[in-house]
Amino acid sequence: MSDTALDSVNLDEPARGARPGGSLKRILARLFEDRLALIGFALVAITAVAAIAAPLIAPQNPYDLAGLDIMDGGLAPGSQSMAGKTYWLGTDEQGRDMLSAIVYGLRVSLYVAGSATLIALAVGMAMGISAAYFGRFADTAIMRIADLQLGFPPILIALILLAVLGRGIDKVILALVLTQWAYYARVVRGSALVENQKDYVAAARCLALSDIRIMARHLLPNCLPPLIVVATVQIAHAISLEATLSFLGVGVPITEPSLGLLIANGYDYLLSGRYWVAVFPGVALLLIIVGVNLVGDRLRDILNPRLQK
Amino acid sequence: MLVYMIRRFGQSLFAIAAMALLVFVGVYAIGNPVDILISPEATELDREAQIIRLGLDKPLWEQFLLYVVNVARGDLGNSFVYGTPALTLILQRLPATLELALVALAISVFLGVPLGVIAGLRPDTAAGRSIMAGSILGFSLPNFWQGMMLILIFAVILGWLPAGGRGTTADVLGLQLSIFTRDGLAHLILPAINLALFKLSLVIRLARAATREVALQDYVKFARAKGLSERRIVLVHILKTIMIPITTVLGLELASMIAFGIVTETVFSWPGMGKLLIDSIELLDRPVIVAYLMLTVFMIVMINLVVDVLYAVLDPRINLKDVTT
Repeated sequence: MSDTALDSVNLDEPARGARPGGSLKRILARLFEDRLALIGFALVAITAVAAIAAPLIAPQNPYDLAGLDIMDGGLAPGSQSMAGKTYWLGTDEQGRDMLSAIVYGLRVSLYVAGSATLIALAVGMAMGISAAYFGRFADTAIMRIADLQLGFPPILIALILLAVLGRGIDKVILALVLTQWAYYARVVRGSALVENQKDYVAAARCLALSDIRIMARHLLPNCLPPLIVVATVQIAHAISLEATLSFLGVGVPITEPSLGLLIANGYDYLLSGRYWVAVFPGVALLLIIVGVNLVGDRLRDILNPRLQK
Repeated sequence: MLVYMIRRFGQSLFAIAAMALLVFVGVYAIGNPVDILISPEATELDREAQIIRLGLDKPLWEQFLLYVVNVARGDLGNSFVYGTPALTLILQRLPATLELALVALAISVFLGVPLGVIAGLRPDTAAGRSIMAGSILGFSLPNFWQGMMLILIFAVILGWLPAGGRGTTADVLGLQLSIFTRDGLAHLILPAINLALFKLSLVIRLARAATREVALQDYVKFARAKGLSERRIVLVHILKTIMIPITTVLGLELASMIAFGIVTETVFSWPGMGKLLIDSIELLDRPVIVAYLMLTVFMIVMINLVVDVLYAVLDPRINLKDVTT
């Protein structure tokens, strides 16, 4: 970059200093004041660690068919295998240890929801900021598309898209991104419109900084706090939506089962009383979503200026 | 007002047209329409006849005109599986879906508003806190899993209610409805609760937030100062005001209930449109998928239109001249 020292020292500073809601450290400190939010954060942290370390902590590799023993199929939770191991959460029809299947399923679920949220966040931020910054035609075009899309239930958009495209992890991510970007775009545009009127943006414009630099370095950091809240809530939605799509048979492929697909698999055994195949993956799913929602609820209170005393 | 309605109506037409165009592009331009519109099991002779009947041998712009005319006439092709017009097939399932959605909506309003008002009036009591905790749980429970747990508890373990299907239906004004027979009602309870739970949580939160805001307004304080009974203050002064935002949101949520009905109908084998859609996706019955999409888009756009106009009529604060959505 060919910017002068003056530029990089002075111009980006007021933007950062004016950031509402305070520094990340302060937000985290306030987040942990609340016991429920702390529990939520712990739940999310534990599941995330379990998902990342799946091969290390899972008692069995559920994809390794050679490691499965069909004789152990359909065992109730806590029963012993032929080899003397204990299946704490029971096994499915193929003798797959449910605990291992859940830990590996978590991986798929979190990977899909996490990457979809990140991509949607990036797309939505770019769209929303451009709409607010350039105004006029860009604004009308982008926000009309977003509004049109927000008028339809996300599950419907995703379902139809996947019915056309077919199953697959990349396709599920694409569907989730398409259902989510508009939320971010709308939130970012709202705060960017306000920021755009402020003096520091006018100052940056006077210095003839490039549009991209103004948007990325000056506008964007000031639009982040409300976005954090929306993103947290949307991660929970993404996890839930992915599970639902997989349950309906249009989500991830059978070779890489997410929690939703594990539950779908358990649906067939529900009526015959082998409840554990469906119940435990669902409990795992519920714990992550509750955790994310608890954190999101608290973040909303912290970052909402109207509720600040 | 009239100008606003015309503009809003124009936007709805635009949304439907945009969707119709997208479907056309999806079916005709990207994919091979012969594969999508003609059953893969058709014989070669049958295939030729179908291609000519559907006009697939004509140039693209002519196909587009034909498609527009057909959509406008409500002709969305025949189902591969049943051989009957796809639209008729879906319309036959419509009463079941609407019945489920409306009963679920009623549950969420009649349970959600009182609970939300209680939580809003006494946010720091045990009751208020547990209602809010319950609503977080309701938000977090994945719809399909919660439905399966209802089946497990009430159908498999307790054996009180049936696990799926619609039960005996009664003929009311030419519609087959479950709610008027004992058996049908028993079949309806679990799916309705399943579909209602998410909206119930939403209504509780809306009602709570609105009540907290309204309870601090001057006119409520004035009503208190005047010595009105708490009952009258809550039932008349607070309830009337908070119903405006709740009504609009619920109108919009009706659309999402029809969509979420897909999940509930699949879990409970409820013979509605959503179950038909999932079955059609599995069987690759594409005309039905396309028809479902068109019909649902039409219904949702219409619901959004009605809600927006109603909102404008209900709430005089809305500025009708400068509405962008």
